[in-house]
Amino acid sequence: MPTSFVELWDSILKYVVMWIIGGLLIFLAIKKEMEPTLLLPMGFGAILVNIPLSGAISRFTEAGELIGEEGALTTLFNAGIANELFPLILFIGIGAMIDFTPILTNPKLMIFGAAAQFGIFFTFCLASMFFTQNEAASIGIIGAADGPTAIVVANKLLGAENDITGAIMVAAYSYMALVPIIQPPVIKLLTTKKERRIKMDYAGKEVSKLTKILFPIVITVVAGLVAPSSVSLVGFLMFGNLIRECGVLDSLSETAQKTLANLITIFLGITIACQMEADKFLHPNTLLILGLGLFAFIFDTAGGVLVAKFINLFSKKKINPMIGAAGISAFPMSGRVVHKMGLEEDSSNFLLMHSIGVNVSGQIASVIAGGMILNFFYHV
Amino acid sequence: MNFTPMAFIDNLYYMGMGMLSIFGVIAIIIVMTMLLNLIKLPAKKDKDQK
Repeated sequence: MPTSFVELWDSILKYVVMWIIGGLLIFLAIKKEMEPTLLLPMGFGAILVNIPLSGAISRFTEAGELIGEEGALTTLFNAGIANELFPLILFIGIGAMIDFTPILTNPKLMIFGAAAQFGIFFTFCLASMFFTQNEAASIGIIGAADGPTAIVVANKLLGAENDITGAIMVAAYSYMALVPIIQPPVIKLLTTKKERRIKMDYAGKEVSKLTKILFPIVITVVAGLVAPSSVSLVGFLMFGNLIRECGVLDSLSETAQKTLANLITIFLGITIACQMEADKFLHPNTLLILGLGLFAFIFDTAGGVLVAKFINLFSKKKINPMIGAAGISAFPMSGRVVHKMGLEEDSSNFLLMHSIGVNVSGQIASVIAGGMILNFFYHV
Repeated sequence: MNFTPMAFIDNLYYMGMGMLSIFGVIAIIIVMTMLLNLIKLPAKKDKDQK
């Protein structure tokens, strides 16, 4: 409790700053339509938990004893995020939404998904100059551009109660929404106009149903054998995809894609905001984490584009290097951004199938990257 | 929070290993996918023969 007027003013100011941040997130969601499904619940949640003596979250004495009853958002947090349940269930929905056909017809596109994970590891190295190894690894995973993976990795490496876990979750989701703003300048900086105008043919080959069914199973087994820690992440994603592709569970597939994913998204956004308490959030570390998260997205984008340019040095059939940028996981925003940029350069340049293919492979690669990070640093 | 610039160099090992591992796993997945795509070929041949 504040004991003087200055302390009282400080605490009020902190709350006001958090209301402004919450309001800004809501503004971006509604007015700019930036990932409204995530930013709107997060923005409202940020206001909700920063009302003085808010009953939405649990409050504790300095000795750690609970004051009054447990807050509803704290209950949700413990039930769904601290134990990684929400992100994993959401992965079933995401898996059911993804059509792997573009990478099944052109598997080589998956190289860019791998290349665009560079930002994770480079940011990890950068962050290690300021934070412990586990904290740095959790910050690096913001570059996975994949909220559920970031939550799972940060929770395992740091624990849900760590002060920086909240900032990592918020950064991971906020930057996913900002992909249309972050990526284009980086892509333009690294490519020439001529490169951006490269057209790529799309041969829409037919993929057998058996291939589509076996693919998620094979990916789970391969990723699981190499990075056992990633089994739950990859497994839930691929389980969702198997429901979609098996052809006998259309009703479950539809539920996973819509109802299940929507329900979890509603609770995930507002529950993450539970970590946006002024005392925890308004800290120099948060700014540093947000800055490093931005670096991760920039270097992910650069990694994908530069590898595409490198392949072009040896390849007769040129690749539009912009599609490399879609290798970051943020699905399907990143694929759409690249497609839109292609159309801006040349209105007859349709890159959508290629960029979505790379984007889908980024989803797989980011989950594997999360598994790798856990393999390196998570010791039970 | 301490500033330890040498940590960057020390952790480059993990960056190398991490990227190498991801490219390795993706390479295996690419090969497996190519093999999966072959599955349909015999079926087509059978149909042609019929």
